[in-house]
Amino acid sequence: MVNIVESPEGVEGQGFFATSLDKVIGLARANSIWPLPFATSCCGIEFMATMGANYDLARFGSERLAFTPRQTDLLMVMGTISKKMAPVLKQVYDQMAEPKWVLSVGACACSGGIFDTYSVLQGIDKVIPVDVYVPGCPPRPEQIIEGLMKIQELAKNESLRRRDTDEYAKMLESYNIEQAK
Amino acid sequence: MNNEILMASILEQTNNTAVCSVDQYDMLNVNIQANQLIDLVESLKNKQGFIYLTDICAAHYPERVGSEFEVIYHLHNLVENQRVRLKVGLSESEINVPTLTGLFAGANWMERETFDFYGVNFVGHPDLRRILNMDDMDYHPLRKQYALEDETRTDKNDTFFGR
Repeated sequence: MVNIVESPEGVEGQGFFATSLDKVIGLARANSIWPLPFATSCCGIEFMATMGANYDLARFGSERLAFTPRQTDLLMVMGTISKKMAPVLKQVYDQMAEPKWVLSVGACACSGGIFDTYSVLQGIDKVIPVDVYVPGCPPRPEQIIEGLMKIQELAKNESLRRRDTDEYAKMLESYNIEQAK
Repeated sequence: MNNEILMASILEQTNNTAVCSVDQYDMLNVNIQANQLIDLVESLKNKQGFIYLTDICAAHYPERVGSEFEVIYHLHNLVENQRVRLKVGLSESEINVPTLTGLFAGANWMERETFDFYGVNFVGHPDLRRILNMDDMDYHPLRKQYALEDETRTDKNDTFFGR
């Protein structure tokens, strides 16, 4: 059986349906998120389970994983990011096209986790902006799925102009990220 | 070849200046000076069959004034399955030891790692720069004067993380 997402709020009549463009685009974006898995350690193993048939991330429209940042919408960072890896992660984020979201999976990606040490980045939000944090060491696939669903909520309800606002530009500037025009 | 025979030949080669002992796992420890290293390793490799350089590492003993650092070499004789451990003591002010890259090509990265973490200067190394840590790091993190924790961490008091 094929499930179809519910239609957004709108006015329905015989032969027509009217709603706002925001909602339609949000609906499309939320249900066709292409993730870029950036897996460096054990959280990546949980992600593999999440992708597999038992948990099946594809049910949420994230069938298509891509390892090219230019074609993806969601950067999923799973695992410890060392300081040496930080510029690589930032470059991957830079290369993604707007609109883009970031899901930080696991204690290490969120805060450095148990690795309170000179070589480990104390949370990826030191170098790139994060939309949703998934706690756990490592989190179960259900938690990762919930994180993805939160991202879907964000995508669904995001204003089309959000990424043109001064606020957004300032936020990127605080990370020293140049906004693509 | 057992440890006694090996010990005797090492002592002979170093004019009785090497300090040998056998540890609890029946492995021979040899403490030598930095200037004896190349000759000894060369003879172990070419005459005694220790053709495999298992590891190079270092240790920092801040309380040992005059030989605060120790560079440790593990060699393996694959034919007789015998191992030997060489230790070279170094002072903090003169932290130089000759490179083994002329004898073992595999010493290259191990020496870079030891330099990266302890700042040991391997004299004659073809490319002595950091290998694991960030290039712009300005200290050698496994020296004991540095704290293990990341001092830039800002969430130490964050009650949500229970730290």
